[in-house]
Amino acid sequence: MASTSGRTGGIFAIGYVGVILLFLYVPILVMMLMAFNASPLYQLPFDFDLVWFKALAGNDQLLTAARNSVLIAIANTVIATTLGTLTALAFARYHFFGKSLLQILLIPPITIPWLITGTAMLIFFFWTGIGRGLHAILLGHVALSLPYVVIIVGSRLKSYGVALEEAAATLGANGWQTFWRVSAPLMAPGIVAAALFAFAISFDQFVISYFLAPVGVSTLPVEIYSAIRKGFTPEINAISTIIILASMAMMLAFARFSKFGGER
Amino acid sequence: MTALVSASTRRLRAILGLTGGTYLVLLITILLPLAAMLYFSFLTVTPIGGRTASFTLKHYTDIFTKPLYRVNGQRSLMLGFQVTLICFALGYPAALFLARHIKNRWREALLLLIVLPFWSNGLVRTFSWTMVLTDSGLVGQALQAVWPGAPSIDLMFSYPAIVIGLVHAYLPYMILTCYVSLQAIDDSLAEAARSLGASSFTIFRRITLPLSLPGVVAGTVLIFVPVLGSFMEPRILGGQQAIMLGTLIENQFTASFNWPLGAALGFTMLAVVILIMGICYPVLKKHLSAN
Repeated sequence: MASTSGRTGGIFAIGYVGVILLFLYVPILVMMLMAFNASPLYQLPFDFDLVWFKALAGNDQLLTAARNSVLIAIANTVIATTLGTLTALAFARYHFFGKSLLQILLIPPITIPWLITGTAMLIFFFWTGIGRGLHAILLGHVALSLPYVVIIVGSRLKSYGVALEEAAATLGANGWQTFWRVSAPLMAPGIVAAALFAFAISFDQFVISYFLAPVGVSTLPVEIYSAIRKGFTPEINAISTIIILASMAMMLAFARFSKFGGER
Repeated sequence: MTALVSASTRRLRAILGLTGGTYLVLLITILLPLAAMLYFSFLTVTPIGGRTASFTLKHYTDIFTKPLYRVNGQRSLMLGFQVTLICFALGYPAALFLARHIKNRWREALLLLIVLPFWSNGLVRTFSWTMVLTDSGLVGQALQAVWPGAPSIDLMFSYPAIVIGLVHAYLPYMILTCYVSLQAIDDSLAEAARSLGASSFTIFRRITLPLSLPGVVAGTVLIFVPVLGSFMEPRILGGQQAIMLGTLIENQFTASFNWPLGAALGFTMLAVVILIMGICYPVLKKHLSAN
């Protein structure tokens, strides 16, 4: 195959993928560029100015929403990574009745459209008195993150098996020693990758937060959505630029820890 | 004997301790809410704020008889088909090229570039199209400069704008799932076919395409289901007149406070999702076990 397609085939292939990448990146780059344009109406010619980033520093509403988003993302990362890692450990170590049912229960949070889970949570939380607010949003984010944490940490656990732990036990290590000296270091890359993933899921989540945020409380995506709906200025481009760059940095870190997207 | 009993109790306690937290969260965020939603979908009014509700099937009969819901339901299904089909038409060749013609270092870099925007905020990416789909914007002006008399790209608040935004959002799914399937195909199969005199097109049609089908199906499910439930993209890019099943459901919860109707619409959508999953499950299982 390679001999007939040869070099020109490769160049054409890279060209085609390049066009796809243009489609994926041009809107994002244009959006980012317009954050640095002075005109409040996105008018051209382009006039470089940092006025929108400065305006951001004085926008208390956006800053509060940003702080909420970061706090929820951090809390979500800690809770989801802890609970998910424990569950992955249980799945890797024990065979028990109902295990496959528990594993199947991880599928709904990631396959049912967020619109349905979000409105279902709204109904249930309102009805039972759990209510809306940052605590409800956090609960929703943990539910969405947990399946991914269990899957990511679980695949790491599967890749080295139980042989090393058994060896440690044979050599006289007790349960805690085995865990801290053998299991934990081996699991660490999986846990870090899962934590990064959980943070990104929470920080980017809009739909669940939108339904669970009461009037006056919001996260960054909820705030951006209402700004887009009401009429926006390049300030939204400025905050979006920051979000995009932060998300991409996290994704690169995730790729490093999980070796995702490349070699097989 | 006592030692045996205590060992199995300890084991049970360990399993409960390790999995308890996760499933407590899933119980109060997914299982009970879905049960509550099902219950609400049979009520006459939202039983909150002192109102008393009684049992009714009215919302479901409305959904299946009133043209408003049928028309919007069909429109949402149509949108799902169109977005999925365009993602396949654009994404499959890209996956094929990445799996077959592009070598190691390039391949890694390009794959990373394809998934990178994918994990950045979907809302922000949808918003970014409002900067592009106008003639006075950077892209519109550049296009007019390079190609005077170029057709207008002023597509904001139209159906094509929704399709473009959704394809942009979900294309990486299709590329990734197809790539994974194509990558797993053994090269020696194609070589054997070639030595027996098969043309490149025959090899593609008889070997490559059928063997990569699980990836196509996985991509289709991963795209079709969220597009069916989309409401933010139609709202931002489609404007006021863009009514989809998703925006209809959102409306019941954020504007008209008719939660029972919203719940019934949500459950109807969920039934469609489960149906799609059920149909695709045998192929999906193959996809998962193959990789």
